[in-house]
Amino acid sequence: MSHLDAVPLWAAIPAALLILLGSGLTLLGALGLARLRSFYDRLHAPALATSWGTLSLVLASVILFSTLEQRPVVHDLLIGFFVMVTTPVTMMLLGRAALHRDRAERSAAVPPASLAEPEEPSRR
Amino acid sequence: MSRLVPYPLLVVGLVLMWLILTRFSLGHLLLGTGIAVVAGWAMGALEPERPRLRRWSAIPVLMGIVAWDILRSNVAVARLVLSEGRGARRSGFLRVPLRLRHPSALAVLAIIVTATPGTAWVEYDADTGVLLLHVFDLVDEAGWRDLIQNRYEARLLEIFG
Amino acid sequence: MSGMILTLALDVAQVALAIAALLAGGRILRGPRAQDRILGLDTLYVTAMLLFLVTGMRSGSLFFFEAAMVIGVMGFVSTVALAKFLIRGEVIE
Repeated sequence: MSHLDAVPLWAAIPAALLILLGSGLTLLGALGLARLRSFYDRLHAPALATSWGTLSLVLASVILFSTLEQRPVVHDLLIGFFVMVTTPVTMMLLGRAALHRDRAERSAAVPPASLAEPEEPSRR
Repeated sequence: MSRLVPYPLLVVGLVLMWLILTRFSLGHLLLGTGIAVVAGWAMGALEPERPRLRRWSAIPVLMGIVAWDILRSNVAVARLVLSEGRGARRSGFLRVPLRLRHPSALAVLAIIVTATPGTAWVEYDADTGVLLLHVFDLVDEAGWRDLIQNRYEARLLEIFG
Repeated sequence: MSGMILTLALDVAQVALAIAALLAGGRILRGPRAQDRILGLDTLYVTAMLLFLVTGMRSGSLFFFEAAMVIGVMGFVSTVALAKFLIRGEVIE
């Protein structure tokens, strides 16, 4: 018998649903990363894992450990907070890096640096 | 008081985090408070621009709206990923002129935009105030512009003043 | 009863996250460009972190939380460093 039997049923069912939701969303995000065709499309896929994917797994963990330990165990929320704050930084940097490289190669798929600013032919 | 604790919210947040990571006891409360106050001084030495919040009451409303929107776009993007190759999905870049200038407000907007699957923050031009987004499902451009400007930006302007 | 439900859900979650990690790894190998590989690495870090969270629930021990936190921090720092390198380190001009 495992420790999980000590969890009451009213907590086990929502926790199980949250676990399935979170892992399913993460899997779909990774699937999108594998299947989508252009880089900028793929940039959207991990957001599934880092938004409600992480959040629902964290909530499930809080429910489980709080009922197991019979006291509020909320430290997993820190992971949720941490992921929420750091993901924009990484995604923005990656987007900018990709844009920078595509512009340096004069790719037609990305918009020019600015509408108001003229191209700088003197730099080359 | 403001010399000793220049960032009271930051200090309270750090003490709370310390108590969550450890177990509550008097010793940990004292140690956590000490560390948080020192961290507050370190933050003060960096001299960041201090955000001034005008309307606290609008914050929970915005958080609720964002959580709901993120859930909705999660479902939408998950469905689009599964039907990839069959539907006529078109993604593309979108320029949105912003009225927001406050760095903290822009940071919050960046978190909202990036946390929502379906929109990605690509570039922000500080001179012109134009934000370049990449939108996963660009069916109507005006709708996305309206979403950013009226649903999020207007509320952030209200909060940050 | 509740143990059975939770064990089943956690089993499914572990398999799903393992497949997700494999898909992210596939993107790292396939590329085609450097930014794709970095995005794959970032996703791999996130899935590994979530896998640790699920394993922690499975084993009922709180220690996996710290491991998940460390993986999250490592993933953040490495992704930022790599993206920064793409912006500054490989300028064609």
